[in-house]
Amino acid sequence: MSSTKFILGLFDDPDDMMHGIDKLQKNSVPIYDVYTPMPIHGIEAKLGIKPSRLGYAAFMFGCLGGTVVFTIIYFTMVHDWPMNIGGKPNFAVPDFVPITFEWTVLYTAFGMVATFFYATHLFPGRTPRVMDFRATDDRFVIAIDAKGNIPHADITNILKDAGAVEIKHNDRKYVSYE
Amino acid sequence: MASHKESIIREPLITGKDITYAKITNDILRPVENMPGKAWWIGFIISSLGALLWVFAVSYTFWYGIGSWGLNKTVGWAWDITGFVWWVGIGHAGTLISAVLLLFRQNWRNSINRSAEAMTIFAVICAATYIVAHMGRPWMAVYSLPLPNQYGSLWVNFNSPLIWDVFAISTYFSVSLVFWYTGLLPDIAAIRDRATGLRQKIYSVCSFGWTGSVKTWQRFETVSLILAGISTPLVLSVHTIVSMDFATSLEPGWHTTIFPPYFVAGAIFSGFAMVQTLLLVARKVLALENYITMFHIESMNKIIILTGSIVGVAYLTEFFIAWYSGVEYEQYAFINRATGPYWWAYWTMMSCNVISPQLLWVSKWRRSVTFSWVLSIVVNIGMWFERFVIIVTSLHRDYIPSSWAMFYPTWVDVSIFIGSIGVFFTLFLLFIRVLPSVAMAEVKLLLKGSSEQAKMKQILDGHEKPAEVGFYKESLNKFDSVEMADYEKI
Repeated sequence: MSSTKFILGLFDDPDDMMHGIDKLQKNSVPIYDVYTPMPIHGIEAKLGIKPSRLGYAAFMFGCLGGTVVFTIIYFTMVHDWPMNIGGKPNFAVPDFVPITFEWTVLYTAFGMVATFFYATHLFPGRTPRVMDFRATDDRFVIAIDAKGNIPHADITNILKDAGAVEIKHNDRKYVSYE
Repeated sequence: MASHKESIIREPLITGKDITYAKITNDILRPVENMPGKAWWIGFIISSLGALLWVFAVSYTFWYGIGSWGLNKTVGWAWDITGFVWWVGIGHAGTLISAVLLLFRQNWRNSINRSAEAMTIFAVICAATYIVAHMGRPWMAVYSLPLPNQYGSLWVNFNSPLIWDVFAISTYFSVSLVFWYTGLLPDIAAIRDRATGLRQKIYSVCSFGWTGSVKTWQRFETVSLILAGISTPLVLSVHTIVSMDFATSLEPGWHTTIFPPYFVAGAIFSGFAMVQTLLLVARKVLALENYITMFHIESMNKIIILTGSIVGVAYLTEFFIAWYSGVEYEQYAFINRATGPYWWAYWTMMSCNVISPQLLWVSKWRRSVTFSWVLSIVVNIGMWFERFVIIVTSLHRDYIPSSWAMFYPTWVDVSIFIGSIGVFFTLFLLFIRVLPSVAMAEVKLLLKGSSEQAKMKQILDGHEKPAEVGFYKESLNKFDSVEMADYEKI
């Protein structure tokens, strides 16, 4: 039994890597994940990854922010301590628009980014789970879970045919751990 | 697909031969991974001396109060609010580049957005310090927030544009910071994966554990797009609200409905000038000529012509409307600006902001690094004077001639202003030392489609129309980073 945990195909060109994904899929080899130094457009469709729902979260946070600040303004200016400013109405909606807008934007931005960090497990000090150190530099890495995907030599050959510049058989899942 | 061919008639966004993904990383991280050179140290020492001057002058203000400034009963706002509006305006270009140009799919933003956004953040920090400093008793800043207090609770007045400004500036600063930092994550991860020891640990914490997996990138792009979408109206609202600080008053010279669009155009105008001031030097010192090309410089100069012309039209409209309104106070305020005791400030503003950007219609000057740099400084001087003219000349001749006064800055006023420039440059120099000044991931996106070498390959493949190739070759002449000899044979 081999001690290989993950097989990595390293490509130096995103188009070659996309070609590699096609080839692996044609041979029914499941792909664990792909790590790239830049966003690759069209890869989600290939890997069957659903569109992000962060837009919905952003919208909900925006609604929340606008509601919260409008409630605060209504409470302070109309309900709690209405001021007589030249006999003008206390419930002066046009004056409340700028701040309502600002907080809508503020909540949208912070709520959405917090959701992004939470869903993706990003936070300061999180140990990076890196499979190959060059995946943030100049290598486009396809990772294949070695368990159950045998024979490994066949996978190596598929990757090599697709134009992988290097193929790694890693005994550890993450090389970033000490 | 990961890459696509781009029309040959578009100018390349990355120049140079044999550019690979690895070379992009190496080129951009060179200043981060190596000790800085002499130019950086000289700049850093001068700017931190400026920052120290700022610390001293602001401390002096807090100790002795605002009486240490040149303000008087008539001119109650002068260099403080001038400096505030100037800095906020400068900040606007960063958001314009990162958000508006993203929505318009202007890919040339990719190599300048990072440093422009950093500039935004540092400029807004400088602006915010003016707000706190001009309160005189800075601890009173807490009363600008609607917090329960022992007076009733006595709330803030949400009808006041000054309170709108508190919300606008704080939202703008924090949203810009989030936008900037989220964009930095992949690049910090790239530094982390190349570093060792303590550096690796620090960048590891700052990278939030970024890996660059498919789902992460997908969410990252969604977040970037939505942040751009909300930052665009945000940036317009911020300077609109800043202009309302003046426009909603009854002061002749301030009470003008043209202020919001006029301030926003002026803000973008001065912001792009500051981006030019910084990037033309950074490009040379950091050897980034292949990424920040003459095309980028020229594009920014074109935006400067456009916004400068909008500002010019606004000045003339203002003058016309003052006359047309038939209000004698309004008419006097404008005649006084141009011919009164502050005529020199008015005409400095006019020549720097209206006349000088028109020189950029000359393509030779527009493509000259030296000319662009000098002009960017001229524009920034002009924009400072614009705010000075609006604020001080409108105030200094009150309704009652017995309270007419002039404004004379004290050494504290001058030191805070010079010091704030020092603070700004100190922060910017630290930024280019520890973080990548160009968004690597976004520049890598351009390599296969919009780079000079990709286009060269397209030409060599021989499927392009000769007329279009000729047009393309002609457009390369303006680049100072393209070897034209390579194109003679083909």
